[in-house]
Amino acid sequence: MEKNNSISKLQELAYELKIRDIMTTRVTTVLPTQNIKDLRKIMHDSSISGTPVMENGKLIGIISIEDFIRSLVRGENNKTVQDIMTHHVETLCADEPVIHAVAKFEKFGYGRFPIVERKTGELAGIITKSDIIKGMLRKLEIDYREEEIHRYRASHLFEDVVADHINLTLEYNVQGQNFHHAGEASSRLKKTLQRMGLPLEIVRRAAIASYEIEMNIVIYTNGGKLTASLLPGILSITAVDKGPGIPDIQQAMQPGFSTATTTIREMGFGAGMGLPNVKKYTDDMQITSTLGKGTEIITKIYLKDQNAQT
Amino acid sequence: MTIEDIKKILKAETLTGEKLLDREVKRVCASDLMSDVLSFTLEDALLLTGLTNIQTIYTVEMADLLAVCFVRGKKPDERTIQLARTKNIPILTTNLSMFESCGLLFAEGFIDSFKKEP
Repeated sequence: MEKNNSISKLQELAYELKIRDIMTTRVTTVLPTQNIKDLRKIMHDSSISGTPVMENGKLIGIISIEDFIRSLVRGENNKTVQDIMTHHVETLCADEPVIHAVAKFEKFGYGRFPIVERKTGELAGIITKSDIIKGMLRKLEIDYREEEIHRYRASHLFEDVVADHINLTLEYNVQGQNFHHAGEASSRLKKTLQRMGLPLEIVRRAAIASYEIEMNIVIYTNGGKLTASLLPGILSITAVDKGPGIPDIQQAMQPGFSTATTTIREMGFGAGMGLPNVKKYTDDMQITSTLGKGTEIITKIYLKDQNAQT
Repeated sequence: MTIEDIKKILKAETLTGEKLLDREVKRVCASDLMSDVLSFTLEDALLLTGLTNIQTIYTVEMADLLAVCFVRGKKPDERTIQLARTKNIPILTTNLSMFESCGLLFAEGFIDSFKKEP
């Protein structure tokens, strides 16, 4: 599982990263008229095993150490680069994703590909398999470090804060009647709670409760606020809206009771399970509602065992 | 068994999350009522549903489910697929009906998503 996950992460990166991000831009090139004796020294001095051949700023071929050796084996001594170079050059564009380069290395088995600018055709760099490995590792490391920093910051927040009383409040605005965005607030809240390092079961309960509350705000009101407060030992999720209010709270709490329209039911909600679900996943729930004014729901989830609390 | 196995059993097609099909699945949840899913489903289950809107994906995310498979050949819109992609939630779609899908998976030994153990 672990292993497969990391492979797919690499594949994802190979699509995400562009060749420009990882290619070598300082390219050593040779002229077609240069003697191949010079070639050996150039390659040795820049520790490379192949190089593009340029004439008047144009890429006309590519020459590698293999071409050079083959020429030596044939006993050729006074040849120039253009005599032994490969004339047909396979290139890649700088704006292509790295996965194209990976595919090309597999297809041709070459050691390197010159990279050109799509618009001008000018030589922009060169890419080897080692550039790909180095580039991907660098990106993985950056991504990993960023996520680590996020996690560290969030989970150590309380340690770094010095106060007599701490109350961390996360507030999310919920638009009423906007079904395209319904669920977004809870999704963001869940991600934040995960980063803070809260236990998975707590995060799951909080996410489900907040999602049901959010759906209620979207379905029945013109908008409201969803708030999550972290107090010592308690995660409290509250919602305030300026909706029509609930006429009979007891009735609304009964599983199966609903005033939802067919449209809402078609979205998989409005089955009269919303508020009962909120109650089910939280340790405490209070509803106050005034007809024509709005509703306030205050829920609490105890972070430790309820018995251990008291 | 894995999502890949379910894909084969239901002759389903993958709409997103091709690389995540090796996730282990024990339980299956079949419902069009998202509140029921949220209420009764244990985590690590696959959701079978005919409901193709964006709320299905949020429900899977909130309840820590593994994947979703739409029945009767239904396909969600691009925005829903896109959301699932960013949340790393695989989407399958099968031409079988809900009844047939449940029957086949039940016969293969998958357990109901609100039962802890078989």
